[in-house]
Amino acid sequence: MQTAVRARGGLRLEAHKERSTRDPIATAAPPAHAVLTLDQHAGERAVPIVAVGERVALGQPIARPSTLVSAWLHAPIAGEVVAIEPRPAANHGGAPALSIVIANDGSDARHRERAIEDFTALAPAELRQWIGRAGIVGLGGAGFPTVAKLASAAEREHLALLINGAECEPYISCDEMLMRERADEVVLGARILMHALEARECVIALEDNAPQAQQAMQAALTRAGDERLRLTQVAAIYPAGGERQLIAAVFGKEVPHDGLPRDIGVLCHNVATAAAVARWVARGEPLVSRIVTITGAGVAHARNLDVRIGTPIAQLIEECGGYTPRITRLLMGGTMMGAALATDEAAVIKTTNCIVAASARDLEPRQPEMPCIRCGNCAEVCPAFLLPQQLHLNAQALDLAGLERYGLMDCIECGCCDYVCPSQIPLVERFRQAKPHLAAHLRARAAAQAARQRYESRIARLQRLEAEQRQRLEEKRRLARRKDS
Amino acid sequence: MTELAAFVLLLTFAGAALFANRVAAKQAELVERARLIERIDRILPQTQCRRCTFAGCRPYATAIADGAADINQCPPGGDATAAALAALLGRAPKPVDPRFGTMPSIPMVAWIDEPACIGCTKCIQACPVDAIVGAPRHMHTVIAAECTGCELCIPPCPVDCIVMRPAHELVTETTHPSALLDAVAS
Repeated sequence: MQTAVRARGGLRLEAHKERSTRDPIATAAPPAHAVLTLDQHAGERAVPIVAVGERVALGQPIARPSTLVSAWLHAPIAGEVVAIEPRPAANHGGAPALSIVIANDGSDARHRERAIEDFTALAPAELRQWIGRAGIVGLGGAGFPTVAKLASAAEREHLALLINGAECEPYISCDEMLMRERADEVVLGARILMHALEARECVIALEDNAPQAQQAMQAALTRAGDERLRLTQVAAIYPAGGERQLIAAVFGKEVPHDGLPRDIGVLCHNVATAAAVARWVARGEPLVSRIVTITGAGVAHARNLDVRIGTPIAQLIEECGGYTPRITRLLMGGTMMGAALATDEAAVIKTTNCIVAASARDLEPRQPEMPCIRCGNCAEVCPAFLLPQQLHLNAQALDLAGLERYGLMDCIECGCCDYVCPSQIPLVERFRQAKPHLAAHLRARAAAQAARQRYESRIARLQRLEAEQRQRLEEKRRLARRKDS
Repeated sequence: MTELAAFVLLLTFAGAALFANRVAAKQAELVERARLIERIDRILPQTQCRRCTFAGCRPYATAIADGAADINQCPPGGDATAAALAALLGRAPKPVDPRFGTMPSIPMVAWIDEPACIGCTKCIQACPVDAIVGAPRHMHTVIAAECTGCELCIPPCPVDCIVMRPAHELVTETTHPSALLDAVAS
């Protein structure tokens, strides 16, 4: 198998995946109370469709999408809705956000949904709509509602589906374990997605440092016997699994900075997303659980757990033997892009791929920041071809025009520039802080242009109406004159 | 005789060439003016509020380009817009003249007290950006996300049922046009 290498940028990092991949995936106990944040996906928050005191079954819808870019939420356990109130949310670093709380009655009574035996019997549009009911979002970490992504690329001809198994970030191993143990699910999910998109080919990409996953996937592909699917490897250079980076490596084409992958005929989904689609379509199981890596020197027994969404993180740590004295920080996500959690009371959300109970060696404390010496290391490693040092200067001055010119919105927040900066400047943190300002500025500008367009079409409409009125009047006069003579 | 004819012919050609030159120059000037108006208009906030005393942002831009208006007459744009205009036109920046009005500290949008609305359509006719919907003798409403906060709908209302309210209260995920479309579709 050939290994594709990206053009430039990125870092070779130590993977730190050995500890968590030693044991097979274990199933975590269902929580006594499940806490489901309503905005745990990208886009708009979901709207509750259950009331406090109502009984729900496992897999029953409890919140509906509010807009096209939103997602269904299903009960991960059977029991009673005990509260709809702000609770510590993992996607807000542990700050409270509106959540549905369900008390477990221990029965795990299931809400039956139909399982589709032959997905090819469904029309692609019908299948896409059906997939939308499962509440599946991008499980790689971005959490973008899968159905919205499918809809964005539907009816494009010659579409290639890219299944992203390149788990490039250190410490995270949930996708690798998924491919090792549930390769058939991934392949089935990929085939369902292909049918839903009418894609002509499918490439499943993974990194060249996961031989077991690769073997398992190869075997599953052989079993499936679908020649439109193939496996490919990419060099393990972080962030190889970034959507744009992976597409560039696999297809040799760059996604336009102001465009989407579909603009060059590609749609990318994570392996876990594909597996979730397979479980929903083939077994009628909505997205109520996912695989989470619990790792770091701060936890006694690192491993991967199959976890119900809404399980408190503290409970997962307990299942892994509790904290060790070396714990210094708790992270959700990997050590490059992960966000610090203020509390382990926060619950697992759909996009929780990894919990790192980090020791001081896993995550070295940051040294005091020093001035930029303009060494240019950051520009060399930036996989998005940006100039982080220039962005930094503009972010400090909050020069929105400068930030726009240097492409702040194209920053994928991978953290490579941070990692190599000899002056220890928290670059990505600065960029994250500056992004909302620039986004608001861009939004205001777009709104102004829309207002201008409406104003101009209104003027044109009024002029047209006036001209029509005048014409009618003239016509009348002409007729009157003719009658007179 | 032939010399004279040739001379006359030469004169005619020279005259024609001179005239063509002048037409081209005039045309270039017009194109330049249109371009300048467009660039000024892009800087303006497109509120269409007429506080500048002109009939909208584009008329104001035209007036600036023709030297008929100063660069400090746009309260919604504020000092930032005045500064951008100064930079574009190579003039000294100056703050917005308060005689043209002041802006609330946070963005506001118009809101119709719907039970009080009698459906007279006067506000619809006043709205420069088509952000009010409604029909004669039926209730009207403001599409909050499309409202520029120009306040032009307030004076014509015969029952005073339009007030300005903070935009963040009214422009939410569920009142955004995309959400409304979704609600219609489902």
